[in-house]
Amino acid sequence: MQRRLTTWLLLAPAGVWFAVMLVLPLCFVLVFSFGMRAPAGGYVPAFTFEQYANLPARGTAFLNTLTLAPLGTLLSLVIAYPLAYFLAMRADPKWRTTLLILVIVPFWTSILIRSYAWIFILGGQGLPAIIEWLGFGPVRLINTPFAVLTGIVYGYLPLMVLPVYVSLERLDKRLLEASADLGAPPLRSFLQVTLPLSLPGVATGCMLVFILLMGEFLIPAMLGGGKVFFIGNALVDLFLQSRNWAFGAAVAVTLVVIMLVTVSLYMWLMRRMGGQRDDMALM
Amino acid sequence: MQSLPHGTSATDPDTKPLIAEFRAATKRYGDILAADALSFGIGKGEFLSFLGPSGCGKTTALRMLAGFETPTSGEVYLDGERVTDVPAYKRPVNMVFQHYALFPHLTVADNIGYGLRQRRPRPDRAEVARKVDRALEMVRLTGFGPRRIWEMSGGQQQRVALARAIVNEPKVLLLDEPLAALDRKLRREMQIELQTLQRQLGITFVLVTHDQEEALSMSDRICIMQSGRIVQSGSPTALYDQPVSRYVADFVGKSNFIDGTLMTRSGNAGQVQTATGHRFAGRLAGPLGPGANASLSIRPEQIGLAHAARDGAEPVTVINRIFLGEHTEYLVRHAALGDLLVLVARQAEAAEGGFAPGDAGHVTWAPEAGLILGLD
Ligand SMILES: Nc1ncnc2c1ncn2[C@@H]1O[C@H](COP(=O)(O)OP(=O)(O)O)[C@@H](O)[C@H]1O
Ligand SMILES: [Mg+2]
Repeated sequence: MQRRLTTWLLLAPAGVWFAVMLVLPLCFVLVFSFGMRAPAGGYVPAFTFEQYANLPARGTAFLNTLTLAPLGTLLSLVIAYPLAYFLAMRADPKWRTTLLILVIVPFWTSILIRSYAWIFILGGQGLPAIIEWLGFGPVRLINTPFAVLTGIVYGYLPLMVLPVYVSLERLDKRLLEASADLGAPPLRSFLQVTLPLSLPGVATGCMLVFILLMGEFLIPAMLGGGKVFFIGNALVDLFLQSRNWAFGAAVAVTLVVIMLVTVSLYMWLMRRMGGQRDDMALM
Repeated sequence: MQSLPHGTSATDPDTKPLIAEFRAATKRYGDILAADALSFGIGKGEFLSFLGPSGCGKTTALRMLAGFETPTSGEVYLDGERVTDVPAYKRPVNMVFQHYALFPHLTVADNIGYGLRQRRPRPDRAEVARKVDRALEMVRLTGFGPRRIWEMSGGQQQRVALARAIVNEPKVLLLDEPLAALDRKLRREMQIELQTLQRQLGITFVLVTHDQEEALSMSDRICIMQSGRIVQSGSPTALYDQPVSRYVADFVGKSNFIDGTLMTRSGNAGQVQTATGHRFAGRLAGPLGPGANASLSIRPEQIGLAHAARDGAEPVTVINRIFLGEHTEYLVRHAALGDLLVLVARQAEAAEGGFAPGDAGHVTWAPEAGLILGLD
């Protein structure tokens, strides 16, 4: 009895936080999404599916998010895996911590400032100028999907590297000896042992990056220059500019549903991939 | 094969064809000499053990044979071919790892079939399945194929590791302390099973262990290792009866040691004098000369314990008595020689009458029971 009381008391702050800051607002958003826009902006209570029917009006934002977020996740993975592999399996253990810190260092500066840096690098005076000087004709990089993708991969790479690194680092290296002992050359050992056993880390990294990308609005706003819109940008616009709260709520609910489906898929995959509970802890 | 001066070859005397051979194989890790010019042969079908304390280089020797370590100098041969630089995945040997190293993402059957699936051309599924089933049967795990590794107990995992290796019919099966993680009863069972399996399959087994009982009970031949070298190699009986040094006698079976100086030597007989002035005769096998530090080794079962004093008997006090069934083990204390272990057979004890702690008694041993050994 005593212990249960303690448990409840310890859980209370988090519980209240979640109820007030997450569940309650979500309920509001859900209710709003079935309402109407007041003529002067804001919300008028109603029960209509009009807002959901109107979703195609923001189709570009959904399309951009649903292509660039998975693409950005995939690109991050392709770059992060070899890096994490090197750190965990090849790097001199003496240097490992230093190298890991170097991976995290970009986080010490605000993403706002780092995105500004990219504006200059990809802007007219940056890379395009060099490319043109080399004689490859005029190119435009800033305010393109390419610029947004670059910013995304740059910004979220550490989030991909770390979970993959952890799963590779925890891999029992004797398994690779066992694989070699049983006749598998290095590449086959990688494909049959290292890769499958690092999948939980890969899934976790992809999940983290993908979820954050789905809600991203800063990088598209800065590097996409209003031309490459994400759902996040649409939400900012709907709630703060055009004050169409009901429609904004419908967009937000759709976004939440997409994320829920993705997370469920992830959980299901994790459970299928062995069912070892401790891998879930990576989440 | 009885005794070996350091560094010379330790090949089986009855010239079996060799399946593996080390020629002056040396492995250095920085300043550490993990294997010091190891030279020995392993006969086809032999059950060979490396026995020695932790850190003496047993695993290093095994890993050089498996292909996980390349010797700093010297050569390794497998079935007549030089394999010194051949990577592990190309060597026709398999290893049972100390902590099994089973693949956690594969089922029991897939673990066992792993080696077969690496072969090129790849054997068809049916053949792999058939061989896996047979291997499962051999280690008495029929029906466990679809299980996950973490659903298996320690003893079962150990069998899976064994099946995963033998299913490939390796030329040499390497076992690195395979039973160390099992409890005592299971260990005994597995020892017997390993031995039976080895006879059935006719595969050469090389076992690494620091457990003398394990080595003595299973091996045809044992190599005793000390700081990267093989100090003696021979059958369990030969090692027990004719150890070349105190180190070996201490490692193979129990023994009492009386330290002193070798006073005289004539042929194979000599006399050791302790610091307290006691003199004892004993057999001598090594190249020891008078004046050398030596130790007289007497096995506990070769010491007699009696109530009455006899000629040449040493007075002792009984400290402890442990009843072992067929034998009784006494710990007795001698004023000058210290504590001695005495193993008395049940019949002898019945004839003499038992001793209780605190009783006075007298110990004797035949002069030829004492073995004078060098101290290294
Ligand atoms: N990879 C390694 N790096 C450095 N030293 C090692 C390495 N492997 C083994 N050693 C050293 O070599 C010696 C022999 O080790 P090992 O062969 O594992 O002994 P054993 O198996 O008899 O316990 C030990 O002193 C050990 O510390
Ligand atoms: Mg070892």
